[in-house]
Amino acid sequence: MSATPGARAEFGRGLVATLPLMISAIPFGVIFGTLATGAGLSPLAVMSMSLFVFSGSAQFIAILLLGSGSPLGVIWLATLILNLRHLLYAATLVDHVRSLGHGWRFWLAAWLTDETFAIMERRYRVEGRGPQAHWYYLASCLGMYLNWQFWTYIGIVLATEFEEIKHWGLEFAMAVTFIGIVMPALRSRPYWVAAIVAGLVATLGNGLPYKLGLMLGGFAGILAGLALQEWTRRRNRGERVLP
Amino acid sequence: MSELEIALMIGGMAVINLAIRWPVYLFADHVRFPPLVERALAFVPVAVLTAIIVPAVLYPSEGDIQLTWRNPYLVGAVVAAVVSWKWQKLMPTILIGMAAFFLARWLIGA
Repeated sequence: MSATPGARAEFGRGLVATLPLMISAIPFGVIFGTLATGAGLSPLAVMSMSLFVFSGSAQFIAILLLGSGSPLGVIWLATLILNLRHLLYAATLVDHVRSLGHGWRFWLAAWLTDETFAIMERRYRVEGRGPQAHWYYLASCLGMYLNWQFWTYIGIVLATEFEEIKHWGLEFAMAVTFIGIVMPALRSRPYWVAAIVAGLVATLGNGLPYKLGLMLGGFAGILAGLALQEWTRRRNRGERVLP
Repeated sequence: MSELEIALMIGGMAVINLAIRWPVYLFADHVRFPPLVERALAFVPVAVLTAIIVPAVLYPSEGDIQLTWRNPYLVGAVVAAVVSWKWQKLMPTILIGMAAFFLARWLIGA
């Protein structure tokens, strides 16, 4: 893999675009490292989780379930449910990685997160594919991955001294970044309906375990938007048939 | 849990995560989604990201919903949405949204 100038530029831009999301992940990484160490896991086990699982929400739930003495099967099931949305992410982005080799596709899949999905969806929507766009994608992945490792480590080492970080409000950077990605994507009425239904259902389902509310909200939004769009298409087609 | 069980837990979680993400990319050459599914997938970013944002903003901490202007997360989110809607640019949305959040938090004294 030799990096041409175009690739280097894409890589740099991908990293810059991901930076706010890296900042918003800092408190989560630190708190995870602190919490997991406090739950009695060895530093090696805590680091291994961040290195090999690389899924913040699943890692947090696993620590919570460990503490309540849940069996392995429950922890694995929770991981599965929590991360099913990544199947939708991969399906949404797959057209853009089809031409890449299998090595690329493996890593771009393994490192796919909410954050990188949001960044790449926007990038492909605004700028199109581009011959070197996978470097942008890789930069976003590597930025999020190395950032997560570093702050997990800080959480393990500094543990209690760094507790204050959860009151800084850094995690809000994710909400504003996602807002900045969603608003321009509200192109027509079906997208507005999708967003409103998704937000409403996710809020109503906020108390459900394993972030099921998030999944239900996502699916309800997709279905509502699609239903309105299909209905409109059919009606318009019907009108065209009439004299 | 024993050390072996911890290792099994981590290994299993890693495999599950990969099993969710990788197959779609791996079989990309052979899999084409039906048109209706393709049209449904176009709604994924808007629906899923909104489903992440809204509860995070309305429930900034454990407990009841905070649908009030005294919730700095809500103030920051509304400002960010307006900025994004008007200028359609990402960086100003992030910076002004964060600024509004910190300012609101300072004014409210939370």
